Amino acid sequence: MSIGTEACHRDIITVDSVSFSYQQRDVLSDVSFSVMERDFIGLIGTNGAGKTTMLRIIVGLLKPTSGEVRLFGEPISQFKSWDRIGYVPQKNNLNPLFPATVKEVVLSGLAGKRKWFGRHSRQDYQKCDDALMAMGVEDLADKRIGQLSGGQQQRVFLARALINNPSLLILDEPTVGIDYETQESFFHMIKHMHQHHNMTFLMVSHDMEMIKGYLGENPASTAGKLNFYIRHSHETQDCIEENLAHSLKHLRSQMESQKEG
Amino acid sequence: MDIIMSSFFQRALIGGMLIGITAPLMGIFLVLRRLSMIGDTLSHAAIAGVALGFVVGDFPILFGLIFALLASFAIEKLRKSYKSYAELSLAIIMSGGIALASIFFTLGRDLSMDANSFLFGFIYTLTPIDLWTMFGVTLAVLLIVGKHLHGLFLITFDEEAASVSGMPVSYYNVLISVLTALVISISIKIVGGLLVSALLTIPAACSLLLAKSFKQSIFIVVLVGELAVVCGLLIAGVWNLAAGGTIVLVLIAFLLLILLGRNIFSRIA
Repeated sequence: MSIGTEACHRDIITVDSVSFSYQQRDVLSDVSFSVMERDFIGLIGTNGAGKTTMLRIIVGLLKPTSGEVRLFGEPISQFKSWDRIGYVPQKNNLNPLFPATVKEVVLSGLAGKRKWFGRHSRQDYQKCDDALMAMGVEDLADKRIGQLSGGQQQRVFLARALINNPSLLILDEPTVGIDYETQESFFHMIKHMHQHHNMTFLMVSHDMEMIKGYLGENPASTAGKLNFYIRHSHETQDCIEENLAHSLKHLRSQMESQKEG
Repeated sequence: MDIIMSSFFQRALIGGMLIGITAPLMGIFLVLRRLSMIGDTLSHAAIAGVALGFVVGDFPILFGLIFALLASFAIEKLRKSYKSYAELSLAIIMSGGIALASIFFTLGRDLSMDANSFLFGFIYTLTPIDLWTMFGVTLAVLLIVGKHLHGLFLITFDEEAASVSGMPVSYYNVLISVLTALVISISIKIVGGLLVSALLTIPAACSLLLAKSFKQSIFIVVLVGELAVVCGLLIAGVWNLAAGGTIVLVLIAFLLLILLGRNIFSRIA
């Protein structure tokens, strides 16, 4: 939706006149929009406007009734580089008794890549530790996932989405059921990722305060009942890849020293 | 005690130890995906297959396997037609399996078949060929599960995340069904069609109470399965009891002990 021809302005998500109906009810009709590299797009809409449906179509969990979705320029049916996309779904309906540690959950983010006898390599464990560290949940690594609070679980799922160092993060109401303070630091973290790590964001949220605070007062465009708030990251124009976890660690220590000071 | 030294008992013991690994291993995936009843359903269909296998010749395991596979595909099809009432498809296939079995039993009456042995196991008829089949299936299950362990974990934990990470989810679903059908068809001779599902689900129930990680839970289900099969067969051998029933009761005893132990432990701690 941003205008420009620079290298960093490639289309990452292209939604081309997508319609979706469920049991004879039109959920989405003729929605078109695109997300450019390094955009932060906030997707806002009333209940039943089809926000989650839209996200599920984009990640291929639902097939549109008509229209087409392209990811990184490729039609979704041919798209193969799923490790470039991190997806954090709306509140997981997690069984609290499920026997899996936080570490196992985060490492499972690598599962799509490995097809053969997989013992995790030392690199995999390093990536996992980095992702846990970046989300501030490294102390919980060996806890069972069901023992964690909602906010902690959400951080773990974000860590899982980050372990592949994705270029696109798709978040569905990431802060539902999380206390205000945790929400604050969560948004702080994703803003940082957006501004400093060439990451593109598509986020569904009901938190208008956060959306307006970061993305501006008015939606940049609308499609049906969906409103799109957009901000392009241009504070840092050097498109150099940075090691995400490394500098997030730095950010955290900065935040902590500020707290203490 | 003589019975324990006899060759048919030792074959039963070896066969039991093989299914003591594979059945609980597949069971943990089914239970965690809330598909506990699938084991029961497939085994009811397999009973019909085993019965037909005897009617047409001496191919109980082969026909059991074919029926269990057909049932697993039928479940997927029916599940898609009923979407939110998925368990309905299980109820239909389960009663269909038993209905077919009852007809095959009557067809094969002059073949001196005993319906009891299909339903409750017939370890004393375990042949060396059966044992080799069990060995082959066990090896295949271990290799395939080992190869796909991370994928199977993700699909069990979070099917949508698995799909979004580009994993072929429907391929994995078929894989789990086929492996389960294989395991069930080799287990029928030892624990019987009506009791197979206990060997799939009770070790998983035990591990849910104890395991802190997925790795641990796999270790626990296999350990519980092995202990129950060996203890059950020995008890059945010494006191001349039905083998399948004894194994299942031992499993239930383990589960109760773990529950009790956990209650006592949580009161102390």
